[in-house]
Amino acid sequence: MKGYAGKLLEIDLSTGNIKETKVDEAILKDYIGGRGLATKILWDRLGANWDNIDPLGPENLLLFLTGPLTGFFPGGRICVSGKSPQNNGVIGSTVAGEFGIELKCAGYDGLIISGQAERPVYILIKDSEVEIKRADHIWGLDGKRTVATLTKECRKIMEENYPRKGLWKEPAILYIGPAGENLVRIAVVAAKWTHAAGYGGYGAVMGSKRLKAIAVKGTGPLPEVANIDEVMKLTEEVCKHAFENELWRRWGTGTGGYKFGAKTSSEPIRNWQEEWHDEKRYGVDKFENRFWVKSYWGDFGCPTTCLKISVIRDGKFKGAITDNPDYELQAYLGTNLGIFSPEANVYLSALIDDLGLCGIQTGNVMGFAAELFQRGILKAEDLDGIELNWGDVEAFANLAKKIAHKEGIGRILADGTYRAALEIGRRKGVNVLPYAVQVKGVGVGAHGIRSRLDYVDIYGYACSVQCGDHTSVAQMPLDHPGSELMTILLDSGVCCSFNTFELPKIDLLFDFYSAVTGVKLTRSQWIRGGGLKILHLQRAMLLLGGPDVKWKPDIDDDNPPRFYEPLVSGPCKGRIIEREDVRKEKKRYYEAVGWDERGIPKREVLTALGLDDVDKALEKIRKEND
Amino acid sequence: MVARKKEPIWIARDFSRCSGCRRCEIACSFFHEGKIWPEASRIRVFMLLPGIEVPHFCVQCEDYPCVEACPVKALSISDETGAVLVNSESCTGCGNCIKACPGAVPHIHPEKRVILICDLCGGDPKCVKVCREGGWNALTIVTRRDDSYKLYARTPEDITRDLAAKLYGREARELI
Repeated sequence: MKGYAGKLLEIDLSTGNIKETKVDEAILKDYIGGRGLATKILWDRLGANWDNIDPLGPENLLLFLTGPLTGFFPGGRICVSGKSPQNNGVIGSTVAGEFGIELKCAGYDGLIISGQAERPVYILIKDSEVEIKRADHIWGLDGKRTVATLTKECRKIMEENYPRKGLWKEPAILYIGPAGENLVRIAVVAAKWTHAAGYGGYGAVMGSKRLKAIAVKGTGPLPEVANIDEVMKLTEEVCKHAFENELWRRWGTGTGGYKFGAKTSSEPIRNWQEEWHDEKRYGVDKFENRFWVKSYWGDFGCPTTCLKISVIRDGKFKGAITDNPDYELQAYLGTNLGIFSPEANVYLSALIDDLGLCGIQTGNVMGFAAELFQRGILKAEDLDGIELNWGDVEAFANLAKKIAHKEGIGRILADGTYRAALEIGRRKGVNVLPYAVQVKGVGVGAHGIRSRLDYVDIYGYACSVQCGDHTSVAQMPLDHPGSELMTILLDSGVCCSFNTFELPKIDLLFDFYSAVTGVKLTRSQWIRGGGLKILHLQRAMLLLGGPDVKWKPDIDDDNPPRFYEPLVSGPCKGRIIEREDVRKEKKRYYEAVGWDERGIPKREVLTALGLDDVDKALEKIRKEND
Repeated sequence: MVARKKEPIWIARDFSRCSGCRRCEIACSFFHEGKIWPEASRIRVFMLLPGIEVPHFCVQCEDYPCVEACPVKALSISDETGAVLVNSESCTGCGNCIKACPGAVPHIHPEKRVILICDLCGGDPKCVKVCREGGWNALTIVTRRDDSYKLYARTPEDITRDLAAKLYGREARELI
């Protein structure tokens, strides 16, 4: 099939074995690449023993997969996956940057990393040359220094080992910070200082393999496509639309920190105790006027360039460099911690980047801890002496460092909000799950559902196969551009959703896929075929779960308890979600996608999709849920 | 009316406006190679520090040291545009032009033994077109005058060091 390099690179870090494998065309037609292909590979290789596999053990696989759209559809990304240490299922976690492009130019559609190195290593790929290199000298370094050191070092190695005439450009690098090294379940796989594959916790999987970084330089062209003129024509259309989308281009998602509070009452504030604020001092104009040194920053091929670079040049946060921050981090490292200072938000965002933590999950678990402190359940002595008061940026910065290094209370919080809630509840003899704003091990993104002015579907997080992931929520009808099946296509074709938002032709993505691969695909084929297969497979693996946590759909396919409390402030004060409404909507969604009334994929649907082995594996889940 | 020779152009570069989108690499390689091929692009965006993107390509020095340095006279200067033209038949890929260039700008094609140097697309540079249509304007076209363009022929490291100090502060230079 066109648009693919045609092979994957497999690296076993236990043995040092390196080999190339091909993927059957039939599999690619259904599972595409990225998230879909990752799910299929994980099922085929680990499915039989899925519930016993420790995500942080050597038997887990760590996948870095492009898709056919990578490098062609504007906005380059790569999908990181594996068994997730957050939900024990599969999460397709994409991150922007040039890694996917370099990888395809090197001749590979993706990487499968297995085993566990004895000592810290990094991998350098130059076209078909692959080296596993010692990483003791960079183990422990923060994100900025890791990138800086490896950029220099890899260029030097390439100059020496692969002499060419002319300068070597830098390779693309994916890496982990200290959090990933320390197996923190809310650690990211990072790129370019500020980019992160956040959801899933794959930084910890990378750390468990003692893999600090992967650098890749490909000198070939992107693979051939079926119809280059059509690809270029559609690219023009996407770009033209993006250029007209002034909101995204000019501010990225950075207007959200004020807007989603003031206008839609859907922003997490003090661990979601409120979702409304009218703090004009936290407006995007402050970020723009005070910190932005670059107003348009983006990744390979992107017409939107929604990122902005913020730098603090003086004062107590001097030296902080990060992007935007975007809405999610304005919320989770700002309002959710009671912080309404743009300076403090930029500082915390930069710190989180450097530590290799996920801004969303870390802000979620720190907000959770702060609410327990507010309620007197956790005291300063439980928090290594930290008085975790809302708005205290130094206190939260200290706590973030403790989480990344698993020191003191950080050891508990490093496991993410759900597991931390279980542990704290056990130690204190109090049920603290009502304060945990998470779904099946994944802290929910910063879009509330109570006001119904932002995310409108009250079952969206509860039924998502990626749980709290705000970029992959359940939505009906299934062919809606915002449905999870469509997200799966973006994450499997592997390209940026921001360049598809509100495209006048919603089938453009399918036309694009067809122009690249030469395989005709329509929306209705996708939602009845490949897309649905991937959804069912992800669902099945999520339900199989294990080994430390398993999910019961009747309990766990639900919103966080907080979402059933009425909103307490703002124009939407008093709005509430009824449990009965959620139950009804859930049933409707189960029916639409082909899950039975318990939320388990139906036999006849699985059989029709050719997933008989999945059906067999789900037998025990059906029994457990009877 | 007497037909006047078209005025030669120069591509002005404002590195701090570069978004790092690399659409210039896509446009350049597609125009010259018929493929999306970043490493075969005559303009390459170096990112030695994230956020400090440096589009690196020929500046057409006033004294053309690369042309001087070519032992087989494969390089010439376009009368029309002032661009350095590569005769791919005679170029041996010796790399002397790279050494002669104060910015080490030229680079060898990843598959053929031939040097890659910006030819200004014959006077209508595709990189500028995509940069301008996106409103980034890191690259713009100006009339080529008797000016010191050679000052811009510098290595990506040199340019990055300056930009890092400008955008991030002097401390960031230690990271390069």
